[in-house]
Amino acid sequence: MAATSFKEVFDKLNQGLVGYVVILLHVVAGSYLVYSQPRSNLAFLVFISSLLSLYFFRADNRFKILVGMLLALVIIPVIGVRNIFYLEVIFQISVFAALSLGLNIVVGFTGLLNLGYVAFYAVGAYLWAFFGSQQFYVLNYAPGTQPPDLPFLLPGDAFYLFLLVAVIIAAITGILLGLPVMRLKGDYLAIVTLGFGEVIRVLANNLDKPINLTNGPQGITPIQRPTMPEWVVDLFNSLFGGVIGHEVKLADMYNVMFYFFALLVIIAIIFVTKRLDDSKIGRAWTAVREDEIAAVAQGIPIVRMKLLAFAVGASFAGLMGVLLAASRTFISPESFNFMQSIGVLSMVILGGIGSIPGVILGAAVLTILNLQVLQGFSLYLNDLRQSDAVIPVINFAWKDLSTQLDPAKYQKLLFGLILIIMMIFRPEGLIPAKRRKRDVSMDETK
Amino acid sequence: MALLEMANITKTFGGLKAISDVTFSLEKGRIVSIIGPNGAGKTTFFNTLTGIYRPDTGTIKFNGKSLVGLRTDQIAACGIARTFQNIRLFADMTVIENIMVGMHVHLKQSPLQTLLRLPGFNREEKEAEVKALRLMKYVGLNNVENELAKNLPYGAQRRLEIARALAADPQLLLLDEPAAGMNPQETEDIIKLFRDIRDNMGITILLIEHDMRVVMNISEDICVMDYGEKIAQGSPAEIRNNTKVIEAYLGRGAVAGQHEEKLQ
Repeated sequence: MAATSFKEVFDKLNQGLVGYVVILLHVVAGSYLVYSQPRSNLAFLVFISSLLSLYFFRADNRFKILVGMLLALVIIPVIGVRNIFYLEVIFQISVFAALSLGLNIVVGFTGLLNLGYVAFYAVGAYLWAFFGSQQFYVLNYAPGTQPPDLPFLLPGDAFYLFLLVAVIIAAITGILLGLPVMRLKGDYLAIVTLGFGEVIRVLANNLDKPINLTNGPQGITPIQRPTMPEWVVDLFNSLFGGVIGHEVKLADMYNVMFYFFALLVIIAIIFVTKRLDDSKIGRAWTAVREDEIAAVAQGIPIVRMKLLAFAVGASFAGLMGVLLAASRTFISPESFNFMQSIGVLSMVILGGIGSIPGVILGAAVLTILNLQVLQGFSLYLNDLRQSDAVIPVINFAWKDLSTQLDPAKYQKLLFGLILIIMMIFRPEGLIPAKRRKRDVSMDETK
Repeated sequence: MALLEMANITKTFGGLKAISDVTFSLEKGRIVSIIGPNGAGKTTFFNTLTGIYRPDTGTIKFNGKSLVGLRTDQIAACGIARTFQNIRLFADMTVIENIMVGMHVHLKQSPLQTLLRLPGFNREEKEAEVKALRLMKYVGLNNVENELAKNLPYGAQRRLEIARALAADPQLLLLDEPAAGMNPQETEDIIKLFRDIRDNMGITILLIEHDMRVVMNISEDICVMDYGEKIAQGSPAEIRNNTKVIEAYLGRGAVAGQHEEKLQ
């Protein structure tokens, strides 16, 4: 009841100019806070949540796009360069949002529980890591024994080509991994995909012998980035140098560049997902999720539809993998462990399984929780312990707090608790999936 | 040539013969019922016909084309649509989407058209929506196009399942206990609907039904199964008086004579 009445109140408020005012106020206040206090987590939360206002409050679409572009193209790069950590958080949100959207196609739309999704991310990352580094020339050297001054196999600008190649290779991997498991459902499918996820990681770990393809646990580095023309840095400096307050360096500019790449990829992915969802293919996916036998009786080739879902989901992850390898210039098998798959799955479930805005929000919430809130909380408690502060009534000095209770040790516990509480009180996710309402009139045919 | 010809179909599960040496043919444009006690193999018969099970022996020909070995979705694409004994709707999709899923095999939109929203795509989607809405009204559902299927009352769900099956433009419609759980009024309405589907859409109907009011009222031909075997086939009047059928339903002693009122 509370939820519906809240929604009613919100809808009543959310009319006319209110939306414009709230959005503008929120964006301006958030930007100001983050600009004036570039170290504050709270300021960043206020700022990033302005995207929620932008989504939920009613306003003309052109206005929303304008504000969104202002945020994405000007404000975020500027404050991101002022505090590179913010940009990193936003980049990670984009990466995880893309992964969540991909997994959402498999788990949310088609109903295939995949616990090894990170495998496709690894495929994309290792693809560019291999071709974009010197790895090709160390095939016959054990890790760590290669001679110095090796050439690179491909120029850094081949990165753009590999965005496309990764989509194709990851999609093929998705189909190859999907083929043998197509007869499995539910728990069985989950376990087998979990196995596949681990297989890819273990392969990455061990393919340093007999031919050194992956450089083993040490990982591959350096991985090339696409070249950045000098004039871009100059242009950015002359445009925003004054506001940022310090000279923008090449390294900062690379972060901005990868932020833009991630943004473009996200937009492309949302575009593709939406259009597929609202078509014969999307309806077939959902039909397979709802009832396989009924779906096949309507003439839907379920194996082909499931493989398509695997392929599309995998291609998103592959794309982001290439981006990750290039932006980090280093990857190792540890980036693709089981916890990553679980993390992405949590984002999908927390955000709202099958819901595009939901999984993006889920990715944002969990990434911020992991990178900022919980770590911030840890730091805060540590500070308290080192201070002379005392909890008033019970007269407990913070410095007596046992190190066993170090927040860093129960970060994952808090994370789990939040997930459990969410699942109890809002099991359908933060923004539940909604079916599109169709407005069909028959007049035109009669 | 008959629309559907099944010859010597046998299907066993372990040691159990679910269907044993059944031969059956169906002329175009007829309404035919399959009846039989529980466990007689009626639903297995449907599942074998639609490719969910593959028969151990025998041939199935639809419009002269062999169906044995085809996948269920391929068989559906040949023009055989069905409903299920325990309703199988896409519960979390809207009513109109359920019907649009039924059109899957007829929609020609390519992935490229879908991604680029080319004019052909939009036109096809629009047409599909209109057709779905018309089918929805045809089966007697009004103003529920954006409701989730799971929120419909039971009778409406049965009707929606029929609309979804019709959306595939089938030549043969298989109905598995379509009147189960309906009250007399609803039963009467749905019988009218079936007649209309046959008369106006020219769709051949094969139905499994327990409700003898429906069977005797609508069928032009009745096929009776018991223990996996076809024990009789004929007009309602013939079946009513068939000794084997009465035995199957009522046991050996019943043949003495009071079967009339039971079967009516």
